Amino acid sequence: MIRTHVLICGGTGCTSSNSLKIQEAMNAELIARGLENEVKVVLTGCFGLCALGPVMIVYPEGTFYSCVKPEDVPEIVEEHFLKGRPVERLVYHEAKDEDIHHATSLSETAFYKKQKRVALRNCGVIDPENIDEYIAMDGYQALGKVLTEMTPNDVIQTILDSGLRGRGGGGFPTGLKWKFASNNRGQVKKYVACNADEGDPGAFMDRSILEGDPHAVIEAMAIAAYAIGADEGFIYVRAEYPIAVHRLEVAIKQAREYGLLGKNIFGTDFNFDIDLRFGAGAFVCGEETALMTSIEGNRGEPRPRPPFPAVKGLFGQPTVLNNVETYANIPQIILKGVDWFTSMGTEKSKGTKVFALGGKITNTGLVEVPMGTTLREVVEEIGGGIPNGKKFKAAQTGGPSGGCIPADLIDTPIDYDNLIAIGSMMGSGGLIVMDEDTCMVDLARFFLDFTVDESCGKCTPCRVGTKRLLEILDKIIAGNGEMEDLDRLEELSNYIKSASLCGLGQTAPNPVLSTLRYFRDEYIAHIVDKKCPAGVCKSLLQYKIDPDKCKGCTLCARKCPVNAISGTVKQPHVIDTSKCIKCGACMDSCKFKAIYKE
Amino acid sequence: MKKNLTTVMFRGTKAQEEQLIAVIEKYRGTKGALMPVLQEAQEIYGYLPIEVQKIIATRMGISLEEVYGVSTFYSQFVLNPKGEVAIAVCLGTACYVKGSGDLLDKITQVLGLPAGSTTPDGKYSLEATRCIGACGLAPVLTVNNEVYGKLGVGDIEGILAKYK
Repeated sequence: MIRTHVLICGGTGCTSSNSLKIQEAMNAELIARGLENEVKVVLTGCFGLCALGPVMIVYPEGTFYSCVKPEDVPEIVEEHFLKGRPVERLVYHEAKDEDIHHATSLSETAFYKKQKRVALRNCGVIDPENIDEYIAMDGYQALGKVLTEMTPNDVIQTILDSGLRGRGGGGFPTGLKWKFASNNRGQVKKYVACNADEGDPGAFMDRSILEGDPHAVIEAMAIAAYAIGADEGFIYVRAEYPIAVHRLEVAIKQAREYGLLGKNIFGTDFNFDIDLRFGAGAFVCGEETALMTSIEGNRGEPRPRPPFPAVKGLFGQPTVLNNVETYANIPQIILKGVDWFTSMGTEKSKGTKVFALGGKITNTGLVEVPMGTTLREVVEEIGGGIPNGKKFKAAQTGGPSGGCIPADLIDTPIDYDNLIAIGSMMGSGGLIVMDEDTCMVDLARFFLDFTVDESCGKCTPCRVGTKRLLEILDKIIAGNGEMEDLDRLEELSNYIKSASLCGLGQTAPNPVLSTLRYFRDEYIAHIVDKKCPAGVCKSLLQYKIDPDKCKGCTLCARKCPVNAISGTVKQPHVIDTSKCIKCGACMDSCKFKAIYKE
Repeated sequence: MKKNLTTVMFRGTKAQEEQLIAVIEKYRGTKGALMPVLQEAQEIYGYLPIEVQKIIATRMGISLEEVYGVSTFYSQFVLNPKGEVAIAVCLGTACYVKGSGDLLDKITQVLGLPAGSTTPDGKYSLEATRCIGACGLAPVLTVNNEVYGKLGVGDIEGILAKYK
């Protein structure tokens, strides 16, 4: 009899910090103790709290262990599973509220309390490699309902009424896309495709859904196929996501074995099957026409629209393409209904959104909140605020296509339209928090560097324009900027936005425009005062030693790779700024914090 | 994306070539076969030297330009062999704002190896990667797929010393 379930997170974050070794050690220890028939270990998808990984939950108690090491396993088995005493030192406590005991449920902690898990509902709950667990959570019920009780037009109407918008970044109404593709049902070959080519640096929500709940995507694609009259599907997934690829392969195989993919699904005359195609790391392939060109085996270059994919897509046939997170919402909408879905969110943005919370924030990880939640709630309550007593400076959403939200707009409710209005965009859901140590000019440069590298080269405004933007930013960062450069940046940005062929170029200048809009003074400081206020841009700063704090321990002088530091023992040292290469090795080594940048 | 061409000599074997030919045959007739063929070729050889791309072009009956066009378009395809010690520093946004750029500079400085290249003896390779999804551990780097997280510049020499 199984009396205890141990759920170990097998998402990418936790496996990177060794959760697979913990699973191994746990299984070995259970066998050694003869508990293998009483305690069951399940490897799940992402729990969300990646900062504290590897994490595990023990049920039925619901004890949440964080930062577990393989060495801790024997103690957990001995104390908790045999003697019934949770290992206190590993139990997750919220930093701010020490007296919250492990007995309170996890959903009451600040990290989970304001979250509403729809797309992530099964992540960290079920074993993603076991279709029975998905079915036990009402999996494939929505597909059954659609096939046996609803007409294709009913399905499209339901998705239209739900107000669901594309979660990949554009925010286009999903139901409308399906409607456009539904013409000539049964007369022409059609495809359903899933965009799992998550390329936004710092976003990992699609990966986590595929790793934690792959069947939800497969089920939704079958529903879409039924709605538009397609019989073949492709999931375009990044080859760099080995765990997600593996779980998708397992899930597709199981679905076929259960007759949930293949011919005559649920005993109807509906046929549908899915193939995987592997993306090879090109950001532009997140753009729909580029993605389809890539599935066809070519350089992933976009083409002008119209014709839209709903008319002429993959291999020239009508195609519906949605993102992973969009699909993950669909079975729930079918089962729980439009009213349930529209009860969440704002007027024009319904439902929830998953964000990958990263950067200078305590609880890095994956969060899902109703649309309309304010940035402050996400950063301060769910995210646990900024570590090391630093101040919130800005949050960046939308990755290389988005912009930043400064501190005075922190109370903005997050939805598609609000973010556009303040010069950013939802994007796929990367949310990177920055503190006072982040230089906004350098950040704009970082994103431009990315888009220059990722521009496919097909159209001139993007290929040449982004390169010129980058050069101007480089000039400013090197301390050679002039005030006219700011006007040049703006002018060029507007040209690139209006003249580029695809979404990549049309949004590439956003990081520049948005930092110029909210942090113009920082640009001016770089240009006029030749200073980087955040102390990031190396050409503009100098390392110095505070003679009052320096104890003359000589450590920095020994660490310096270019012998730029001199001084005698027990006397304050000095840095020769003409020799200094600004590597920062001295500052890292100083035990007295005597070295500073300015 | 811009790619550095390799300086390391091609050491492909007959057995590898046979494997490659089998892969090409497997995909004969499949729509959009070039990408999967290149992906499997890279698994066989570890990278895609021009010699391998020539075999693919000839056998698939397409021009070398087309093959080269695709192989240089996607960042996953590498034209340089990975070193015995393959180091990759994540330059995703979450890692970047936490200082992964400094980690990369430090490694370049210690090994004298610019990002995107391999030492001529094939010992070390260094690349700047896109987000690897371990943002909770930012900044991260991987050495031969072993993940090191929450790093500072001061940790670099210790990590490299393990692989001397």
